[in-house]
Amino acid sequence: MDALDGNAIGGLLHDVFGAEMTNATGVCAHCGTHGLLAECVVYIGGPGAVVRCRNCSGVLMVLVTVREVTCVDLMGLAGLS
Amino acid sequence: MARAALRRRLTWRTGTVIATGAETPRTRTIELDVPDWEGHRAGQHVDVRLTAEDGYRAERAYSIASAPGEPVAITVERLDDGEVSPYLVDELREGDELELRGPIGGYFVWGPEDGGPLLLVAGGSGVVPLRAMLRHRHRTGSEIPARLLYSSRSLDDVIYRAELDACEVVYTLTRERPPAWTGYARRVDVDLLREVAWPAEENPLAFVCGPTSFVEAAAAGLVELGYPPARVKTERFGATGGQ
Amino acid sequence: MTPISRGFRGRRRPADADASRIPPGQYATDDFPVLSAGPTPHTPLDEWTFSIVAGGDRKTWSWDEFRALPSETVTRDVHCVTRWSKLDTTWEGVSVDTLLAEVGSDAAFVLAFCDGGYTTNLPVEDVTDGKAWVAFDYGGEPLDPEHGGPARLLVPHLYFWKSAKWVRGLELRDEDEPGFWETYGYHMYGDPWLEQRYAGD
Repeated sequence: MDALDGNAIGGLLHDVFGAEMTNATGVCAHCGTHGLLAECVVYIGGPGAVVRCRNCSGVLMVLVTVREVTCVDLMGLAGLS
Repeated sequence: MARAALRRRLTWRTGTVIATGAETPRTRTIELDVPDWEGHRAGQHVDVRLTAEDGYRAERAYSIASAPGEPVAITVERLDDGEVSPYLVDELREGDELELRGPIGGYFVWGPEDGGPLLLVAGGSGVVPLRAMLRHRHRTGSEIPARLLYSSRSLDDVIYRAELDACEVVYTLTRERPPAWTGYARRVDVDLLREVAWPAEENPLAFVCGPTSFVEAAAAGLVELGYPPARVKTERFGATGGQ
Repeated sequence: MTPISRGFRGRRRPADADASRIPPGQYATDDFPVLSAGPTPHTPLDEWTFSIVAGGDRKTWSWDEFRALPSETVTRDVHCVTRWSKLDTTWEGVSVDTLLAEVGSDAAFVLAFCDGGYTTNLPVEDVTDGKAWVAFDYGGEPLDPEHGGPARLLVPHLYFWKSAKWVRGLELRDEDEPGFWETYGYHMYGDPWLEQRYAGD
Protein backbone atom coordinates (compact mmCIF):
# COMPACT_ATOMS: atom_id res chain seq x y z
CA MET A 1 0.00 0.00 0.00
CA ASP A 2 1.35 3.39 -0.98
CA ALA A 3 1.28 6.18 1.52
CA LEU A 4 -1.22 8.91 0.66
CA ASP A 5 -1.40 12.48 1.97
CA GLY A 6 -3.52 14.56 4.30
CA ASN A 7 -6.16 15.24 1.65
CA ALA A 8 -7.24 11.61 2.02
CA ILE A 9 -8.33 12.18 5.63
CA GLY A 10 -9.77 15.67 5.06
CA GLY A 11 -13.26 14.41 5.90
CA LEU A 12 -12.19 12.63 9.04
CA LEU A 13 -10.17 15.66 10.21
CA HIS A 14 -13.08 18.00 9.48
CA ASP A 15 -15.38 15.72 11.43
CA VAL A 16 -13.02 15.56 14.41
CA PHE A 17 -11.95 19.20 14.55
CA GLY A 18 -15.18 20.75 13.30
CA ALA A 19 -13.32 22.74 10.66
CA GLU A 20 -11.43 22.33 7.41
CA MET A 21 -7.96 21.17 8.48
CA THR A 22 -6.02 20.22 5.35
CA ASN A 23 -4.85 23.82 5.05
CA ALA A 24 -3.76 23.94 8.70
CA THR A 25 -0.04 23.96 9.49
CA GLY A 26 1.43 21.38 11.82
CA VAL A 27 4.81 21.64 13.50
CA CYS A 28 6.67 18.35 13.84
CA ALA A 29 7.74 17.70 17.43
CA HIS A 30 10.54 15.42 16.20
CA CYS A 31 12.34 17.64 13.66
CA GLY A 32 10.64 21.04 13.87
CA THR A 33 9.45 21.08 10.25
CA HIS A 34 6.36 23.17 9.53
CA GLY A 35 4.02 21.56 7.04
CA LEU A 36 0.45 21.71 5.83
CA LEU A 37 -1.60 18.74 6.98
CA ALA A 38 -2.58 18.20 3.32
CA GLU A 39 1.08 17.54 2.54
CA CYS A 40 1.82 15.16 5.41
CA VAL A 41 2.33 11.46 4.71
CA VAL A 42 -0.76 9.47 5.63
CA TYR A 43 -1.11 5.71 6.00
CA ILE A 44 -4.68 4.48 5.91
CA GLY A 45 -6.37 1.17 5.32
CA GLY A 46 -5.10 -0.46 8.50
CA PRO A 47 -6.67 -0.27 11.95
CA GLY A 48 -6.40 3.54 11.91
CA ALA A 49 -4.87 6.51 10.12
CA VAL A 50 -1.25 7.38 10.90
CA VAL A 51 -0.04 10.86 9.91
CA ARG A 52 3.71 11.30 9.53
CA CYS A 53 6.08 14.19 8.91
CA ARG A 54 7.16 14.40 5.26
CA ASN A 55 10.65 15.45 6.34
CA CYS A 56 11.55 12.96 9.11
CA SER A 57 8.61 10.51 8.90
CA GLY A 58 8.05 10.79 12.65
CA VAL A 59 4.47 10.13 13.76
CA LEU A 60 2.53 13.42 14.06
CA MET A 61 -0.88 12.03 14.86
CA VAL A 62 -2.91 8.86 14.97
CA LEU A 63 -6.66 8.70 14.38
CA VAL A 64 -8.61 5.59 15.26
CA THR A 65 -12.36 5.20 14.91
CA VAL A 66 -13.84 2.66 17.29
CA ARG A 67 -17.61 2.15 17.28
CA GLU A 68 -18.07 5.44 15.40
CA VAL A 69 -16.10 7.45 17.96
CA THR A 70 -12.78 8.78 16.69
CA CYS A 71 -9.83 8.98 19.05
CA VAL A 72 -7.08 11.41 18.04
CA ASP A 73 -3.55 11.41 19.45
CA LEU A 74 -1.57 14.52 18.51
CA MET A 75 1.55 13.14 20.15
CA GLY A 76 4.01 14.29 17.50
CA LEU A 77 2.65 17.77 16.89
CA ALA A 78 4.45 20.63 18.63
CA GLY A 79 1.89 23.03 17.15
CA LEU A 80 -1.18 23.17 14.96
CA SER A 81 -2.60 26.34 13.47
CA MET B 1 -16.18 31.81 1.24
CA ALA B 2 -17.74 32.64 4.56
CA ARG B 3 -15.61 31.55 7.48
CA ALA B 4 -18.70 30.70 9.50
CA ALA B 5 -19.74 28.17 6.91
CA LEU B 6 -16.62 26.16 7.64
CA ARG B 7 -17.21 25.93 11.37
CA ARG B 8 -19.66 23.11 11.30
CA ARG B 9 -19.51 19.45 11.92
CA LEU B 10 -19.31 17.41 8.80
CA THR B 11 -22.33 15.15 8.84
CA TRP B 12 -23.33 12.26 6.63
CA ARG B 13 -26.26 12.97 4.39
CA THR B 14 -28.12 11.23 1.64
CA GLY B 15 -28.01 12.19 -2.01
CA THR B 16 -30.02 10.70 -4.83
CA VAL B 17 -28.46 9.58 -8.08
CA ILE B 18 -29.96 11.70 -10.85
CA ALA B 19 -27.83 10.46 -13.74
CA THR B 20 -24.92 8.17 -14.46
CA GLY B 21 -22.85 7.93 -17.59
CA ALA B 22 -19.85 5.92 -18.73
CA GLU B 23 -16.77 8.02 -19.45
CA THR B 24 -14.53 5.10 -20.44
CA PRO B 25 -14.94 1.33 -20.12
CA ARG B 26 -13.61 1.61 -16.56
CA THR B 27 -15.02 4.90 -15.34
CA ARG B 28 -18.45 6.32 -14.73
CA THR B 29 -19.68 9.75 -13.70
CA ILE B 30 -22.43 9.80 -11.10
CA GLU B 31 -24.48 12.96 -10.73
CA LEU B 32 -26.24 13.48 -7.42
CA ASP B 33 -29.03 15.58 -6.06
CA VAL B 34 -28.00 16.49 -2.51
CA PRO B 35 -30.66 18.44 -0.62
CA ASP B 36 -29.35 21.73 0.82
CA TRP B 37 -25.96 21.32 -0.87
CA GLU B 38 -24.13 24.50 0.08
CA GLY B 39 -21.94 24.45 -3.01
CA HIS B 40 -18.37 23.34 -3.41
CA ARG B 41 -15.04 24.63 -4.65
CA ALA B 42 -13.19 23.20 -7.62
CA GLY B 43 -10.82 20.50 -6.41
CA GLN B 44 -12.74 19.41 -3.31
CA HIS B 45 -13.87 15.85 -2.66
CA VAL B 46 -16.61 13.97 -0.86
CA ASP B 47 -16.48 10.87 1.30
CA VAL B 48 -18.91 8.20 0.14
CA ARG B 49 -20.23 5.52 2.50
CA LEU B 50 -21.93 2.27 1.54
CA THR B 51 -23.95 0.23 4.04
CA ALA B 52 -24.80 -3.45 3.49
CA GLU B 53 -28.03 -4.96 4.80
CA ASP B 54 -26.22 -6.48 7.78
CA GLY B 55 -24.81 -3.08 8.74
CA TYR B 56 -21.33 -3.59 7.26
CA ARG B 57 -19.93 -0.31 6.00
CA ALA B 58 -17.21 0.82 3.65
CA GLU B 59 -16.09 4.39 3.04
CA ARG B 60 -13.98 6.00 0.30
CA ALA B 61 -13.08 9.52 -0.84
CA TYR B 62 -13.91 10.68 -4.39
CA SER B 63 -13.05 13.98 -6.02
CA ILE B 64 -15.91 16.16 -7.20
CA ALA B 65 -15.90 16.24 -11.00
CA SER B 66 -18.34 19.11 -11.48
CA ALA B 67 -17.70 22.83 -11.29
CA PRO B 68 -19.00 25.04 -8.50
CA GLY B 69 -22.63 25.83 -9.27
CA GLU B 70 -23.27 22.49 -10.97
CA PRO B 71 -24.86 19.50 -9.24
CA VAL B 72 -22.39 17.34 -7.33
CA ALA B 73 -20.87 14.71 -9.58
CA ILE B 74 -18.14 12.18 -8.94
CA THR B 75 -16.23 10.15 -11.52
CA VAL B 76 -15.25 6.71 -10.26
CA GLU B 77 -12.70 4.34 -11.76
CA ARG B 78 -13.43 0.65 -11.27
CA LEU B 79 -10.56 -1.06 -9.45
CA ASP B 80 -10.99 -4.71 -10.38
CA ASP B 81 -10.24 -5.90 -6.91
CA GLY B 82 -11.95 -2.99 -5.22
CA GLU B 83 -14.76 -3.12 -2.73
CA VAL B 84 -16.54 0.18 -3.31
CA SER B 85 -15.62 1.23 -6.85
CA PRO B 86 -17.11 -1.82 -8.66
CA TYR B 87 -20.37 -1.17 -6.84
CA LEU B 88 -20.41 2.51 -7.80
CA VAL B 89 -19.43 1.85 -11.42
CA ASP B 90 -21.47 -1.28 -12.13
CA GLU B 91 -24.37 -1.43 -9.67
CA LEU B 92 -25.49 2.06 -8.73
CA ARG B 93 -28.44 3.35 -10.79
CA GLU B 94 -30.49 6.44 -11.26
CA GLY B 95 -32.84 6.85 -8.31
CA ASP B 96 -30.57 5.05 -5.84
CA GLU B 97 -29.59 6.80 -2.65
CA LEU B 98 -25.95 7.38 -1.78
CA GLU B 99 -24.64 8.51 1.57
CA LEU B 100 -21.91 11.13 1.51
CA ARG B 101 -20.26 13.89 3.49
CA GLY B 102 -18.63 16.99 2.15
CA PRO B 103 -17.54 19.10 0.46
CA ILE B 104 -14.09 18.40 1.89
CA GLY B 105 -10.77 20.17 1.51
CA GLY B 106 -9.35 23.68 1.48
CA TYR B 107 -5.87 23.03 0.15
CA PHE B 108 -6.27 21.32 -3.21
CA VAL B 109 -8.73 23.92 -4.51
CA TRP B 110 -8.59 26.56 -7.18
CA GLY B 111 -10.63 29.61 -8.11
CA PRO B 112 -9.85 32.47 -10.53
CA GLU B 113 -8.88 34.60 -7.50
CA ASP B 114 -5.93 32.25 -6.96
CA GLY B 115 -4.47 33.27 -10.30
CA GLY B 116 -2.06 31.38 -12.50
CA PRO B 117 -0.90 30.56 -15.06
CA LEU B 118 -2.35 27.25 -14.12
CA LEU B 119 -0.50 23.99 -14.70
CA LEU B 120 -2.56 20.88 -14.08
CA VAL B 121 -0.80 17.51 -14.03
CA ALA B 122 -2.97 14.40 -13.94
CA GLY B 123 -2.13 10.74 -13.59
CA GLY B 124 -5.06 8.51 -14.60
CA SER B 125 -8.25 9.33 -12.71
CA GLY B 126 -6.30 12.10 -10.94
CA VAL B 127 -7.75 14.23 -13.73
CA VAL B 128 -11.12 14.40 -11.95
CA PRO B 129 -10.53 17.36 -9.58
CA LEU B 130 -8.47 19.08 -12.29
CA ARG B 131 -11.41 18.80 -14.68
CA ALA B 132 -13.53 20.57 -12.07
CA MET B 133 -10.95 23.39 -12.07
CA LEU B 134 -10.95 23.64 -15.87
CA ARG B 135 -14.76 23.71 -15.96
CA HIS B 136 -14.79 26.35 -13.24
CA ARG B 137 -12.32 28.46 -15.17
CA HIS B 138 -14.41 28.15 -18.31
CA ARG B 139 -17.73 28.87 -16.59
CA THR B 140 -16.37 31.97 -14.88
CA GLY B 141 -14.94 33.30 -18.14
CA SER B 142 -11.48 33.43 -16.59
CA GLU B 143 -8.67 34.34 -18.97
CA ILE B 144 -5.99 32.82 -16.77
CA PRO B 145 -3.89 30.56 -19.00
CA ALA B 146 -4.36 26.90 -18.10
CA ARG B 147 -2.55 23.87 -19.41
CA LEU B 148 -3.24 20.24 -18.58
CA LEU B 149 -0.65 17.47 -18.81
CA TYR B 150 -2.51 14.19 -18.63
CA SER B 151 -0.74 10.85 -18.28
CA SER B 152 -2.97 7.93 -19.22
CA ARG B 153 -2.44 4.27 -19.93
CA SER B 154 -4.05 4.60 -23.36
CA LEU B 155 -6.21 7.00 -25.33
CA ASP B 156 -9.26 4.88 -24.54
CA ASP B 157 -8.60 5.40 -20.84
CA VAL B 158 -8.66 9.19 -21.17
CA ILE B 159 -11.60 10.51 -19.16
CA TYR B 160 -13.58 13.57 -20.44
CA ARG B 161 -11.67 13.42 -23.71
CA ALA B 162 -14.12 15.38 -25.85
CA GLU B 163 -14.29 18.12 -23.26
CA LEU B 164 -10.55 18.23 -22.66
CA ASP B 165 -9.71 18.36 -26.35
CA ALA B 166 -11.25 21.84 -26.33
CA CYS B 167 -8.70 22.91 -23.69
CA GLU B 168 -4.94 23.28 -23.86
CA VAL B 169 -4.08 19.67 -23.12
CA VAL B 170 -1.00 17.50 -23.64
CA TYR B 171 -1.45 13.75 -23.37
CA THR B 172 1.22 11.21 -22.64
CA LEU B 173 0.21 7.59 -23.17
CA THR B 174 2.28 5.23 -21.07
CA ARG B 175 1.07 1.79 -22.11
CA GLU B 176 -0.72 1.74 -25.44
CA ARG B 177 -0.69 4.16 -28.38
CA PRO B 178 -2.87 4.45 -31.46
CA PRO B 179 -0.89 3.53 -34.61
CA ALA B 180 -0.28 7.08 -35.78
CA TRP B 181 0.36 8.56 -32.32
CA THR B 182 2.88 11.37 -32.44
CA GLY B 183 2.39 12.63 -28.90
CA TYR B 184 4.29 11.76 -25.76
CA ALA B 185 4.58 8.10 -24.83
CA ARG B 186 6.54 8.16 -21.60
CA ARG B 187 6.13 8.71 -17.91
CA VAL B 188 6.03 12.23 -16.52
CA ASP B 189 9.46 13.27 -15.33
CA VAL B 190 11.54 16.42 -15.18
CA ASP B 191 12.47 16.24 -18.88
CA LEU B 192 8.89 15.95 -20.03
CA LEU B 193 7.85 18.72 -17.64
CA ARG B 194 10.60 20.97 -18.99
CA GLU B 195 8.95 20.71 -22.41
CA VAL B 196 5.35 21.07 -21.27
CA ALA B 197 5.20 23.13 -18.08
CA TRP B 198 5.04 26.94 -17.93
CA PRO B 199 8.50 28.34 -17.18
CA ALA B 200 9.01 29.00 -13.48
CA GLU B 201 9.63 32.71 -14.26
CA GLU B 202 5.93 33.09 -15.06
CA ASN B 203 5.16 32.20 -11.42
CA PRO B 204 2.75 29.42 -12.32
CA LEU B 205 0.48 27.62 -9.90
CA ALA B 206 0.55 23.83 -10.26
CA PHE B 207 -1.90 21.15 -9.16
CA VAL B 208 -0.74 17.55 -9.38
CA CYS B 209 -3.11 14.64 -8.75
CA GLY B 210 -2.65 10.92 -9.28
CA PRO B 211 -1.22 7.80 -7.70
CA THR B 212 1.45 8.41 -5.06
CA SER B 213 4.50 7.54 -7.17
CA PHE B 214 3.20 9.66 -10.05
CA VAL B 215 2.60 12.68 -7.84
CA GLU B 216 5.99 12.42 -6.19
CA ALA B 217 7.83 12.22 -9.51
CA ALA B 218 5.87 15.12 -11.03
CA ALA B 219 6.09 17.38 -7.97
CA ALA B 220 9.82 16.73 -7.61
CA GLY B 221 10.27 17.53 -11.31
CA LEU B 222 8.46 20.84 -10.99
CA VAL B 223 10.50 21.84 -7.96
CA GLU B 224 13.65 20.94 -9.89
CA LEU B 225 12.47 23.29 -12.65
CA GLY B 226 12.28 26.11 -10.12
CA TYR B 227 8.64 26.00 -9.04
CA PRO B 228 8.48 27.04 -5.38
CA PRO B 229 7.15 24.05 -3.36
CA ALA B 230 4.31 26.23 -2.06
CA ARG B 231 3.11 26.72 -5.67
CA VAL B 232 2.91 22.98 -6.29
CA LYS B 233 -0.24 21.55 -4.70
CA THR B 234 -0.45 17.79 -4.56
CA GLU B 235 -3.12 15.18 -3.97
CA ARG B 236 -2.29 11.48 -3.88
CA PHE B 237 -4.84 8.75 -4.22
CA GLY B 238 -4.65 5.03 -4.13
CA ALA B 239 -6.55 1.91 -3.38
CA THR B 240 -7.21 1.42 0.31
CA GLY B 241 -8.70 -1.22 2.50
CA GLY B 242 -6.66 -4.18 1.45
CA GLN B 243 -5.83 -3.78 -2.19
CA MET C 1 -31.42 7.00 9.15
CA THR C 2 -28.70 5.29 7.20
CA PRO C 3 -29.93 4.13 3.82
CA ILE C 4 -29.02 0.59 2.84
CA SER C 5 -26.95 0.49 -0.35
CA ARG C 6 -29.07 -1.78 -2.53
CA GLY C 7 -27.06 -4.82 -3.57
CA PHE C 8 -23.91 -3.89 -1.64
CA ARG C 9 -22.35 -6.81 0.21
CA GLY C 10 -18.76 -5.66 0.68
CA ARG C 11 -16.17 -8.18 -0.35
CA ARG C 12 -17.93 -11.12 1.18
CA ARG C 13 -18.61 -14.00 -1.15
CA PRO C 14 -21.22 -16.72 -0.88
CA ALA C 15 -20.26 -19.41 1.61
CA ASP C 16 -17.90 -21.98 0.18
CA ALA C 17 -16.35 -25.22 1.43
CA ASP C 18 -14.00 -23.33 3.70
CA ALA C 19 -16.68 -21.23 5.36
CA SER C 20 -16.07 -22.96 8.68
CA ARG C 21 -12.53 -21.61 8.62
CA ILE C 22 -13.58 -17.97 8.18
CA PRO C 23 -14.22 -16.17 11.49
CA PRO C 24 -17.35 -14.02 11.81
CA GLY C 25 -17.21 -10.72 9.94
CA GLN C 26 -14.28 -11.84 7.77
CA TYR C 27 -14.01 -12.56 4.04
CA ALA C 28 -11.50 -14.86 2.36
CA THR C 29 -9.01 -13.39 -0.08
CA ASP C 30 -6.36 -14.89 -2.30
CA ASP C 31 -4.42 -11.65 -2.24
CA PHE C 32 -2.00 -10.70 0.47
CA PRO C 33 -2.99 -7.13 1.29
CA VAL C 34 -0.27 -4.82 2.55
CA LEU C 35 -1.30 -2.58 5.42
CA SER C 36 1.26 -0.33 7.04
CA ALA C 37 1.42 2.39 9.63
CA GLY C 38 4.67 3.74 8.27
CA PRO C 39 7.40 3.46 5.67
CA THR C 40 8.88 0.04 5.03
CA PRO C 41 12.19 -0.24 6.90
CA HIS C 42 15.14 -1.74 5.07
CA THR C 43 17.52 -2.85 7.78
CA PRO C 44 20.60 -4.52 6.25
CA LEU C 45 20.97 -8.10 7.44
CA ASP C 46 24.43 -7.41 8.86
CA GLU C 47 22.87 -4.78 11.13
CA TRP C 48 19.79 -6.81 11.99
CA THR C 49 19.52 -8.47 15.40
CA PHE C 50 16.79 -10.19 17.36
CA SER C 51 16.62 -9.80 21.12
CA ILE C 52 14.76 -11.28 24.05
CA VAL C 53 14.72 -8.78 26.90
CA ALA C 54 13.82 -9.94 30.40
CA GLY C 55 14.38 -7.47 33.22
CA GLY C 56 18.05 -6.61 33.02
CA ASP C 57 18.89 -9.64 30.87
CA ARG C 58 19.12 -9.48 27.14
CA LYS C 59 19.85 -12.29 24.74
CA THR C 60 20.68 -11.11 21.22
CA TRP C 61 21.14 -13.03 17.98
CA SER C 62 22.74 -11.71 14.80
CA TRP C 63 20.98 -12.62 11.54
CA ASP C 64 23.38 -15.51 10.93
CA GLU C 65 22.98 -16.79 14.50
CA PHE C 66 19.20 -16.46 14.24
CA ARG C 67 19.12 -18.35 10.95
CA ALA C 68 21.30 -21.08 12.42
CA LEU C 69 18.56 -21.85 14.97
CA PRO C 70 16.26 -24.77 14.17
CA SER C 71 13.28 -23.63 12.13
CA GLU C 72 9.85 -25.03 11.30
CA THR C 73 7.60 -24.78 8.27
CA VAL C 74 3.95 -24.25 9.17
CA THR C 75 0.75 -23.71 7.18
CA ARG C 76 -1.87 -21.58 8.89
CA ASP C 77 -4.87 -19.33 8.24
CA VAL C 78 -4.40 -15.66 9.08
CA HIS C 79 -7.10 -13.11 9.89
CA CYS C 80 -6.72 -9.32 9.66
CA VAL C 81 -8.89 -7.01 11.74
CA THR C 82 -9.65 -5.07 8.52
CA ARG C 83 -11.75 -8.18 7.69
CA TRP C 84 -9.71 -10.16 5.23
CA SER C 85 -8.66 -13.72 5.97
CA LYS C 86 -6.13 -15.70 3.99
CA LEU C 87 -6.21 -19.47 4.24
CA ASP C 88 -3.32 -21.93 4.08
CA THR C 89 -0.43 -19.50 4.22
CA THR C 90 2.92 -21.26 4.51
CA TRP C 91 5.73 -19.82 6.58
CA GLU C 92 9.14 -20.83 7.76
CA GLY C 93 10.38 -19.45 11.03
CA VAL C 94 11.96 -20.02 14.39
CA SER C 95 9.52 -21.05 17.09
CA VAL C 96 9.25 -18.47 19.85
CA ASP C 97 9.70 -21.43 22.23
CA THR C 98 13.22 -21.83 20.88
CA LEU C 99 13.99 -18.16 21.46
CA LEU C 100 12.49 -17.94 24.94
CA ALA C 101 14.32 -21.10 26.04
CA GLU C 102 17.51 -19.03 26.10
CA VAL C 103 16.16 -16.73 28.81
CA GLY C 104 14.76 -17.87 32.12
CA SER C 105 11.67 -15.84 32.94
CA ASP C 106 8.30 -16.35 34.55
CA ALA C 107 6.85 -13.16 33.02
CA ALA C 108 3.24 -13.41 31.89
CA PHE C 109 3.34 -11.02 28.89
CA VAL C 110 5.52 -10.00 26.00
CA LEU C 111 5.73 -6.73 24.13
CA ALA C 112 7.01 -7.23 20.60
CA PHE C 113 9.15 -4.36 19.32
CA CYS C 114 9.99 -3.58 15.72
CA ASP C 115 11.91 -1.42 13.28
CA GLY C 116 9.86 1.74 12.78
CA GLY C 117 8.74 1.82 16.41
CA TYR C 118 5.66 -0.42 16.16
CA THR C 119 4.81 -2.53 19.22
CA THR C 120 2.14 -5.07 20.12
CA ASN C 121 1.41 -6.96 23.32
CA LEU C 122 0.64 -10.65 23.86
CA PRO C 123 0.34 -13.10 26.75
CA VAL C 124 3.36 -15.39 26.98
CA GLU C 125 1.07 -18.41 26.84
CA ASP C 126 -0.07 -17.27 23.38
CA VAL C 127 3.44 -17.23 21.96
CA THR C 128 4.62 -20.51 23.50
CA ASP C 129 3.83 -24.21 23.07
CA GLY C 130 4.11 -24.04 19.30
CA LYS C 131 1.71 -21.12 18.82
CA ALA C 132 4.07 -18.43 17.48
CA TRP C 133 7.12 -18.03 15.27
CA VAL C 134 9.56 -15.42 14.09
CA ALA C 135 9.05 -16.04 10.39
CA PHE C 136 11.62 -15.19 7.73
CA ASP C 137 10.20 -17.05 4.75
CA TYR C 138 6.77 -16.93 3.16
CA GLY C 139 5.57 -19.35 0.49
CA GLY C 140 9.08 -20.68 -0.01
CA GLU C 141 10.66 -17.26 -0.59
CA PRO C 142 12.44 -14.86 1.76
CA LEU C 143 9.79 -12.69 3.38
CA ASP C 144 9.25 -9.55 1.29
CA PRO C 145 9.99 -6.27 3.14
CA GLU C 146 6.42 -5.11 2.39
CA HIS C 147 5.13 -8.09 4.35
CA GLY C 148 7.53 -7.61 7.24
CA GLY C 149 10.82 -9.01 6.03
CA PRO C 150 13.47 -9.84 6.92
CA ALA C 151 11.40 -11.28 9.79
CA ARG C 152 7.98 -10.83 11.34
CA LEU C 153 6.20 -12.32 14.28
CA LEU C 154 3.60 -14.92 13.31
CA VAL C 155 0.80 -15.55 15.81
CA PRO C 156 -1.89 -16.92 13.51
CA HIS C 157 -4.58 -17.60 16.12
CA LEU C 158 -4.88 -13.88 16.94
CA TYR C 159 -5.76 -10.95 14.65
CA PHE C 160 -2.88 -10.26 12.32
CA TRP C 161 -1.89 -6.90 13.86
CA LYS C 162 -0.39 -9.05 16.63
CA SER C 163 1.90 -10.66 14.04
CA ALA C 164 4.21 -7.65 14.07
CA LYS C 165 6.10 -6.89 10.87
CA TRP C 166 9.84 -6.08 11.00
CA VAL C 167 10.03 -7.53 14.50
CA ARG C 168 13.35 -7.06 16.28
CA GLY C 169 12.63 -8.57 19.65
CA LEU C 170 10.34 -9.48 22.51
CA GLU C 171 10.36 -7.81 25.89
CA LEU C 172 9.12 -10.03 28.70
CA ARG C 173 6.92 -8.18 31.17
CA ASP C 174 4.99 -8.92 34.33
CA GLU C 175 2.23 -6.51 33.33
CA ASP C 176 0.31 -6.32 30.08
CA GLU C 177 1.39 -3.08 28.42
CA PRO C 178 -0.73 -1.98 25.42
CA GLY C 179 1.12 -1.83 22.11
CA PHE C 180 0.61 0.67 19.27
CA TRP C 181 -2.96 -0.10 18.14
CA GLU C 182 -4.00 -1.41 21.56
CA THR C 183 -3.29 2.07 23.00
CA TYR C 184 -5.96 3.49 20.69
CA GLY C 185 -8.71 1.11 21.63
CA TYR C 186 -7.90 -2.11 19.83
CA HIS C 187 -8.36 -5.24 21.89
CA MET C 188 -5.56 -6.32 24.25
CA TYR C 189 -5.97 -9.96 23.18
CA GLY C 190 -7.58 -9.99 19.70
CA ASP C 191 -9.22 -13.39 19.18
CA PRO C 192 -10.75 -13.33 15.67
CA TRP C 193 -13.24 -16.11 16.53
CA LEU C 194 -14.65 -13.94 19.34
CA GLU C 195 -14.42 -10.81 17.13
CA GLN C 196 -12.26 -9.11 19.73
CA ARG C 197 -11.55 -6.08 17.57
CA TYR C 198 -11.89 -3.29 20.10
CA ALA C 199 -11.46 -2.98 23.85
CA GLY C 200 -14.64 -4.26 25.43
CA ASP C 201 -15.51 -6.72 22.63
